[in-house]
Amino acid sequence: MRRQGAIGFFAALLLGAGSLAPPAAAERLVTSVSTHRVLITSNFTGVELVLFGAIDEAPAGVQIGAYDVVVSVRGPARSFVTRHKQRVLGLWVNADSREFDKVPSYLAVMSNKPIAEIGPTELLRRYRIGLVYNVLPLTANDVAEAPPEDSFRAAFLRVKTNEGAYTADSKGVTFLTPRFFRAAVPIPGTAQTGDYQVETLLIAKGAMLAQQQTAIEVVKTGFEAVVAQEAKSHRFFYGLGVALLALTTGLIATLLFRYD
Amino acid sequence: MPIYLPIAELPVNIFLILGLGLAIGFISGMFGIGGGFLMTPLLILLGIPPAVAVASVPSHMAAASFSGAYSYGRKRLLDMGLGLVLLSGAMLGTASGVWFFALLRRAGQLDLFIALAYIILLSVVGALTTAESVRAIARAWRGTPPILRRPGTHAWFHGLPLKLRFRQSRIYVSAIPIMMIGFVAGFIGAVMGVGGGFLLVPALIYLMRVPTTVAVGTSLFLTLVTMLVATVLHAVENRTVDAMLALVLMTGGVFGAQFGARAGLAIRAEQLRLLLGLIIIAVGVRVAADLVNPPAELFSVVSKEIWE
Repeated sequence: MRRQGAIGFFAALLLGAGSLAPPAAAERLVTSVSTHRVLITSNFTGVELVLFGAIDEAPAGVQIGAYDVVVSVRGPARSFVTRHKQRVLGLWVNADSREFDKVPSYLAVMSNKPIAEIGPTELLRRYRIGLVYNVLPLTANDVAEAPPEDSFRAAFLRVKTNEGAYTADSKGVTFLTPRFFRAAVPIPGTAQTGDYQVETLLIAKGAMLAQQQTAIEVVKTGFEAVVAQEAKSHRFFYGLGVALLALTTGLIATLLFRYD
Repeated sequence: MPIYLPIAELPVNIFLILGLGLAIGFISGMFGIGGGFLMTPLLILLGIPPAVAVASVPSHMAAASFSGAYSYGRKRLLDMGLGLVLLSGAMLGTASGVWFFALLRRAGQLDLFIALAYIILLSVVGALTTAESVRAIARAWRGTPPILRRPGTHAWFHGLPLKLRFRQSRIYVSAIPIMMIGFVAGFIGAVMGVGGGFLLVPALIYLMRVPTTVAVGTSLFLTLVTMLVATVLHAVENRTVDAMLALVLMTGGVFGAQFGARAGLAIRAEQLRLLLGLIIIAVGVRVAADLVNPPAELFSVVSKEIWE
């Protein structure tokens, strides 16, 4: 991810020097998330964090609408296999498949307006803005070439969106004043534990002005943490424990029903 | 009321899971089957990762079959000798099944094989059970005496050595065909991720001529032991046994099994067999429909890590 960021930065430098005029003011972005640590307890069903952001050193007299903000939350990277079913001898069976390596297990993209209106495709692709450009094997070539219309990638996004693992909200960022905004950051109940990267991008008229990165840690706590830990570190005794639990439960029910 | 599952890493409705455990436990106690072939697909349908569902269901089956086996045992409807001979075959079958499972997974067509195996087995076993019980019910209707036990007839396996007398089952046969039945049940169970009880009960009734109630009681005992072993094996091998999911499922399961065992003893044996046959056929038809009908979504996404 760091390397892709470097490629993007390098490309931005090239592009800034060449075609687009650099923005006049040097805006700075300051963000803060309501919590950096989400604790999973036995009644955890998800939580909504709030991110506040301020735009420093903005020129005087800016109005709401002068800036665009995109907040992307990326869950721990995982590898997935997408399988395509085809009809063989009247039966629907898995035929071809495609692997997606190290893509976010969770992805939420919040913006103040639809992603397509924020900037040109090159910008979206370079900074991985929006769902589509996050699930892309980004190579140096991809910065120059348009992504091929790929049915596997479209299907992957569709399935993940239906599962609720990937969401896009074009009204997720609200400007409270021209220089101050708020974004809702949803962490669902199905969230995997690990580090969630929260990236805030400040864009104006299709040009990148500033970026901010922060992280949220999702961890299990209390009983949930103990169970998850034991299942990993003492596999045999954990299994034995569950087996004994089954016997005990069976015995208790039997004794309760013994009145006849 | 939601409850967070620490290994599956998602919240579920506790009453939904409890109810599921109760319903499957009832069927389990009534027919002497583990109910895995019903429970595992239902949990996956609820969004639980397949690896967690397959690994956590055995502990529910162990708990449900314990209380069922105990009930049958107290009524002297559990043939321990028969159970132990079956068990020795089932252990060998399970080991071979685990090996075959790995072989299929490498070939990449595990899903298709499991679905086809389900359809063939469920429809054959379901059709045989249903047809036989319908004939038995028709005979009872006409008033002709049942001819379930035919002392004069001898199948090929009656000539085999190692003959043993199983008193509670009222049979005198060689240990070899019984071990073979255990082997097949264990093998199929390991490959398809089910207990194998739905094969065992009809095999004991129709091939070995064990009385229905003793077949059910003995099958429950076998399910108990194999599922306890499976729980430990899954915990060690796959690390996907969810203790919280297991606890909620088994709490529902043990009570369901108690009511199920009572219901099973209360209704007539041939009606019990007809019901079991119809349930097996219904599941088979469901699996077949999924394979034949065009799916709503042609693509599926699975996490690589959870299977590795």
